[in-house]
Amino acid sequence: MISITLNDKPMSVEEGITVLDAAKQAGVYIPTLCHMNLHSLNMHNNPGSCRVCMVELEGRRTLAPACTTKVFDGMKVRTNTPKAIKSRRTMVELLLSNHPTDCLICDRNNNCELQSMASSLGIRKIRYSGERMRFDSDTSSHAMIRDPEKCILCRRCETVCNEVQTVNVYSAKGRGFDAVLSTAFDMPLYDTTCTFCGQCASVCPTGALVQRSYITEVWDEIADPDKLVIVQTAPAVRVALGEEFGMDYGSRVTGKMVAALRHIGFDKVYDTDFAADLTIMEEANELIKRIQGGGPLPMLTSCCPAWVRFIEHQFPSLIDIPSSCASPHEMFGAIAKTYLAEKLGVDPKKVVVVSIMPCLAKKHEANRAELATEFPHVDYVLTTRELASMIREAGLSFGELEEADFDKVMGESTGAGVIFGTTGGVIEAAVRTAACKLEGKEIDKIDFTELRGMDGVREATVHVAGMDLRIGIAHGLGNARTLLQKIKDGKADYHAIEIMACPGGCVGGGGQPLLQTYSLEGDKMAVIEKRAKALYAEDADKQRRRSHENKEIQQLYAEFLGEPGSHKAHDLLHTTYTKRGVYNINLPSSK
Amino acid sequence: MSNYRLQILICGGTGCVSSGCLEVEDALVESLRKHGLYEETKVIKVGCFGFCEQGPIVKVYPDNTFYVRVEAKDCEEIVAEHLLKGRPVKRLFFKEPSTGERYSHHRDMPFYETQVRVALKLCGIVDPENIEDYLAVDGYDALAKALTEMTQMDVIDVIKASGLRGRGGGGFPTGRKWETAYNAESNKKYVICNADEGDPGAFMDRSIMEGDPHSVIEAMALAAYAIGADEGVVYIRAEYPLAVNRLKIAIEQAKAYGLLGKNILGTDFNFDIQVNLGAGAFVCGEETALINSVQGERGEPNFKPPFPAQVGLWKEPTVINNVETYVNIPQIINNGADWFQSLGAPGNPGTKVFALAGKINNVGLVEVPMGIKISDIIYKIGGGIRGGKKFKALQTGGPSGGCISQENIDVEVTFDNLEKVGSMMGSGGMIVMDEDDCMVDIAKFYLDFTVEESCGKCTPCRIGNKRLYETLENISKGKGKIEDLEELRDLGVIIKDCSLCGLGQTAPNPVLSTLNFFMDEYRAHVVDKKCPAGACKDLLEYVVIPEKCIACTLCKRVCPVDCIIGEPKVIHVIDQARCIKCGACEAKCPKDAIVKQ
Repeated sequence: MISITLNDKPMSVEEGITVLDAAKQAGVYIPTLCHMNLHSLNMHNNPGSCRVCMVELEGRRTLAPACTTKVFDGMKVRTNTPKAIKSRRTMVELLLSNHPTDCLICDRNNNCELQSMASSLGIRKIRYSGERMRFDSDTSSHAMIRDPEKCILCRRCETVCNEVQTVNVYSAKGRGFDAVLSTAFDMPLYDTTCTFCGQCASVCPTGALVQRSYITEVWDEIADPDKLVIVQTAPAVRVALGEEFGMDYGSRVTGKMVAALRHIGFDKVYDTDFAADLTIMEEANELIKRIQGGGPLPMLTSCCPAWVRFIEHQFPSLIDIPSSCASPHEMFGAIAKTYLAEKLGVDPKKVVVVSIMPCLAKKHEANRAELATEFPHVDYVLTTRELASMIREAGLSFGELEEADFDKVMGESTGAGVIFGTTGGVIEAAVRTAACKLEGKEIDKIDFTELRGMDGVREATVHVAGMDLRIGIAHGLGNARTLLQKIKDGKADYHAIEIMACPGGCVGGGGQPLLQTYSLEGDKMAVIEKRAKALYAEDADKQRRRSHENKEIQQLYAEFLGEPGSHKAHDLLHTTYTKRGVYNINLPSSK
Repeated sequence: MSNYRLQILICGGTGCVSSGCLEVEDALVESLRKHGLYEETKVIKVGCFGFCEQGPIVKVYPDNTFYVRVEAKDCEEIVAEHLLKGRPVKRLFFKEPSTGERYSHHRDMPFYETQVRVALKLCGIVDPENIEDYLAVDGYDALAKALTEMTQMDVIDVIKASGLRGRGGGGFPTGRKWETAYNAESNKKYVICNADEGDPGAFMDRSIMEGDPHSVIEAMALAAYAIGADEGVVYIRAEYPLAVNRLKIAIEQAKAYGLLGKNILGTDFNFDIQVNLGAGAFVCGEETALINSVQGERGEPNFKPPFPAQVGLWKEPTVINNVETYVNIPQIINNGADWFQSLGAPGNPGTKVFALAGKINNVGLVEVPMGIKISDIIYKIGGGIRGGKKFKALQTGGPSGGCISQENIDVEVTFDNLEKVGSMMGSGGMIVMDEDDCMVDIAKFYLDFTVEESCGKCTPCRIGNKRLYETLENISKGKGKIEDLEELRDLGVIIKDCSLCGLGQTAPNPVLSTLNFFMDEYRAHVVDKKCPAGACKDLLEYVVIPEKCIACTLCKRVCPVDCIIGEPKVIHVIDQARCIKCGACEAKCPKDAIVKQ
């Protein structure tokens, strides 16, 4: 421990920490913009580049950035001198002088760190004016919009993409006033190796990286009397949506969410959890076949579209090992436009399937050609944030809504479907069913807690039917890379592997409510864990907790699909993957 | 080795190459052959003599005749008259512009008289492409001495005692840097030579590498021995092809002689050097940005501490010094710390090479002892202001240096003094300005460079300097307001206080120093909308003096935008609204009746 003086108060702090850390310990607020440390995600973005957190150090001629300046014994630091405050304001004014002023219609209006910084510093006038950097928006993908004009070069996207997700889509290019974060060769995002996990958008302090919104389109569909607009909600949405309305992290708002969706005007409100149970029927069946029929092993889960893009680009040689099962919401769409349409007596062409997802990659996935018949399985994907926006738009007092239930036919779900939203959940759900199938009877064990947890890479062995089922689990694409490399190198002997692209799984998805950085430094994972716990709680409260116990699923097989892995099931519920590789592009030839 | 009666040294520096020394060499060889002297004459392309403005320079030994501005057509005369008949070609001697006196020997010339050559000692003396030349003047003796007679700490102690400070601009004590790297615990350490000389107009590092590459190599080996490194990197601009080439030749020769590689001079010291080409980004001269660039990353600085001597290349302790710093080192080892301390000024020992340019009579590379007065550099060495005009300012320290005005002209040049007067040493650019230079325009010119060369990482440098530039541009266009001047100072100070690296921390210097010393000029621009020096085009007006105009219509006919009203026998008038200030009318007028004001 060493002694420093912070704003005239002596304090004892650990050696090696920064002035910013020390200030936090002392309860002194120093605003930051570029800085973002999410320790539990191993994300450390300390470029020290925005220069907003400047403080005065005794004996130092220039100001020092609190975020990167380490404390030393005897250090005397003042955080709120007129000089420091003036410099701070100047930095923000400079950033604003080079920033579009369309805050009112920006996706990040009211949720923008630059905006709130300007507000908290009381900036009423920008003293500087001049050229503003001009770039075209990148609207090439269905998932995200990149607006480089709003980039303040905090480098968080670069750090999260390169260091946490190891996808390496972004880096800074150009210099001086022309510097901006961009893709390789300025390629449109769609043509890069981007997985659309959306983690960049969830750390972007401004509107430079935002979700691509389909709210207007969905309202139009709802307004169309000829359309049957049905909505399904992913498990992770119900444990995060409440945050948008001031509720505690991990609040379970399933009933209110269903009520809100009815108020908004969706014709039918269904549950993706139902489709998760359906996925397990197919996936457990596939796993047993692959174990008993000689492979290929391991079998990788395939529910996460960002993860699918990742393996297609980064590990094309492993393209045969993911399960051929489409993701739950795609299975839902396929069944909705066949079985359900028939049951409801509606022309499938008039059925519009809207998915509410914690995810941006699902927006991309919905547009994959192989996940369509004559029309796409899923028409629109909205995120948790977009749903919150629609609820506000509809003028609903979310907290006061009376809880409601999902509609019948595709609304029932088991606890297994619920835990799909967290890391370890999909594989636990699969094991719950596979274990019974392998044993040939219903077993007592339901909670496979050995598969749970928040470590980035986990492994566990499950004893069923006299065999050891070796399971690998990874969340976050950097962790996935570690696991996949092991498989590629022939150093892994798993039977099954679950991978989710986002930290903590879908509960930490790129479409979830944004977490303000200062109060949550290092604790983003704690929030994600609270959401995950809520899912396990919802699972525990369920009467049926194994997918094959779902009555509506049983009915679906009896009436329509036959049995898991049937020809019809394959046609509708399974998919294919493409070897894509890294930057497999033709660069323009030099002339 | 054969003996030669005559030696002819031709400057082979980049400056003389571009003024035609290669053609001179060919012509000389041809004439020598013609007159049968080729076998007994050795023609050597050496490094820079420093007097680039007078290039190509040819020196004839043994009588040490110094010829300037030699052209291919002069060679026959040199051979036939001087070499054969012993009559030097006087018309090719240097003529001092102020006195008209001609000099046959360089050491008598005022340009060289005051200079003390340490860093440039061997430039213009040895053949840079021949290691034997370097060995003949005690080359690699210092390395041999260190490896066989001195401990690592001995070497560091000598450098510390010498008081040598980094010549790249910062002036950090070299010995202390080495000591930090020596004390850093690691199995792997690196030595880097920063040869990314980026200041416009500065070319001392290039000249040293072109003229004396072995000194750089020897010094790097000494640094490596001192700190315990076994790998070195020279980070050099790709725009310096001649220097790169000579350095590579020198490295190969040193390897062949066992002066680089394994078990150097039979000791267990191993050291190798690789050459890394920089793509020309100015910011890569900043040491952390340079290291990022060597590592294949984006050339942008990191915050310090940790300093490279603690955590440097590949996260290992790394000593990084610039070329000019290095070349002092073998001589310090050979001659001792006291010798070095005896040169220069207290706290600022040794010499400094400056690239003297601008409105001065003698343009070139000069090496002077620290502590010399600015006025001595300008008037004694530089031969005064060109055309007898009035001195206005000396810009030092490269694009992020400052302008020193007449009131500080007797300041003694040291790291600290230059900072005190609002400028800095930088890598040693010195640009002289006269009464025709507009200080607003000058500040704008330098800021334009730093805005262009900023890496864009931190806010104040990326956006702040751009805003400074835009304000200056407005002022030079007559759109400035009086409050802009305070705003410039305010923002400039904040940029200095808040920027991440040395580039941003110094970029506002040209603005701040000109605001300090030339406020009147700024005021003239914003209040009177006039540019006193007549350099800001937008503030000029070309006008016809009616009394002088003979109404000949010549100006009217040459005007490209047809904005001169008048006809024969009617006095002409220039329509200011349409005038593009090209100056064609002024040039055409036979009676000097058109003036700019």
